[in-house]
Amino acid sequence: MEMEAASLEPAVVKTAIVYADDYLNKLTGEKIERECKQRLEEGCTELVVDLSKTEIVNSIGVSILLGVIDTASNAGAKVVFSEVNEGTIELFDMLGVSRHAAIVNRA
Amino acid sequence: MPHDTALNIEDFQIGNLRETAESRSKLVHTFGALAELGHEVASRSNFQETIRTSLHLILGSLGIMRGGVSRYSRFEHELNMLAVRGLGDGFPLSLELCYEDERQFLTGGLSPIEVSQAAVLPFFQVYGRTFENTRLELFVPLVIRDETVGAIFLGEKATGQPYSGYDKEIICAMGRHIGSAIAQRNMLSEIERRSDENRKLYDDLRMTYADTVKAFAAAIDFKDKYTEGHSVRVGRYSEIIAAELGWGADEVEGAAVAGYLHDVGKLTVERKIINAPYRINAKESAELNKHPAVGYEILAPIHHPYADVPLAAKYHHERLDGRGYPDGLSDRQIPYIAKVVNLADSFDAMTTDRPYRRRRPANEVFDDLQRNAGKQFAPELVTAFFRGILKELNGEVKDKKFRKLLGREYMESEGLAALLKESLNTLTPTTPLTMIRSV
Repeated sequence: MEMEAASLEPAVVKTAIVYADDYLNKLTGEKIERECKQRLEEGCTELVVDLSKTEIVNSIGVSILLGVIDTASNAGAKVVFSEVNEGTIELFDMLGVSRHAAIVNRA
Repeated sequence: MPHDTALNIEDFQIGNLRETAESRSKLVHTFGALAELGHEVASRSNFQETIRTSLHLILGSLGIMRGGVSRYSRFEHELNMLAVRGLGDGFPLSLELCYEDERQFLTGGLSPIEVSQAAVLPFFQVYGRTFENTRLELFVPLVIRDETVGAIFLGEKATGQPYSGYDKEIICAMGRHIGSAIAQRNMLSEIERRSDENRKLYDDLRMTYADTVKAFAAAIDFKDKYTEGHSVRVGRYSEIIAAELGWGADEVEGAAVAGYLHDVGKLTVERKIINAPYRINAKESAELNKHPAVGYEILAPIHHPYADVPLAAKYHHERLDGRGYPDGLSDRQIPYIAKVVNLADSFDAMTTDRPYRRRRPANEVFDDLQRNAGKQFAPELVTAFFRGILKELNGEVKDKKFRKLLGREYMESEGLAALLKESLNTLTPTTPLTMIRSV
């Protein structure tokens, strides 16, 4: 009986890092979504949103990040939030954001 | 107390504390969103930005994955999407409502409707499949002051949990803010529309008035075959003088109208007097001299946009030195508009053919005007008039108004520009505004 050999080559992961800074909590934060969308169109399979300089995430910020998650999901890509402070982690847990994206902190 | 019971109570208390802390955080977060929404709606932001921000706030406050805000058009009976997030390109931009839908939404008021349980309504029957494909869970009609102004569409929560009573309360509170913003925008649009309509009506009215005035002017000039077009020319010269004096657009138009109608009183003067090929006698002159007062009587009952038109008709033959008619007014007693028309009228009289003489050469006319500045004419008006002509001679203006009115040959009279420049130097700046020169 013949068996098809499984491909042993690992999938190529293209990662893009987007820095949210303090753009996130206003309407202008939509440009973060546009940046992410562009990276996905360029073939990114993983989006890292760096929140190291984002002290607080308000409702607008949450909506924008959910938009990033939605777009990435439709493109079959993964979303990671990095350098997230404790307060934001609690918020993400409460609103269910952390169900859809990984949270990674260096230290 | 048994040990495991004590532990259970502890777990329960910790659990309770955790839940209380979470509820408090959630409360703080959603109230923060509500406060921001109130601020956004009350701000002077662009309406589109207000709606986009509002959608972010409602989605982000409860962690909702997708949604949209729409405005209701009662003329087209449809909801038009103003802002959407995550609904995909296939989501319709307009959704029609039937009478039954509208009635049900009004009856229900601003209250979320669970899409999965609303199949009875025609709206959800028509768009059910679309809502299913986009995973929409809640539909919130925005009913403000007993009027449907729009609707909010909401998808699933990121937590995967169903919407709680608390969630729906928050959604209603935010919906009222968003609905108010849309209602206010509708009101402003209606005001703008009516204002545009009024402006158009006013413009139409002004045009009708202007056409009527010109028709009057043509009727006045029709009586006098030798001065055909006189009223129109006086209107144009008056307009030029007023513009050169720096008057506003309405005042310039008023000066033109005063010029067009200044001789309306001549309609009552016998044709044989007006068209006399000789110098008329005293009796005929007295008859003709009644025309300013008669003109005033004709024009005074009419509601002109420019109050001084009748006065221009009455006093356009008065002179600065008091030797005019009908009342022998002098200097400041004469309404300014009458002084403008007086200059324009005299200029046209000198530069057109009469039954008893041909039109006077240009140099002679301008010399005459300068000599009579301060006697018959207000000097600053003569200055303004000369300046207007000189600008055209020097090519400073594109519109050759004087050339059209006087003819090319007249405007190209030798030495005219030099004469005007010299006159201007004599007339300004030393000539006082209302100087009366000794005879």
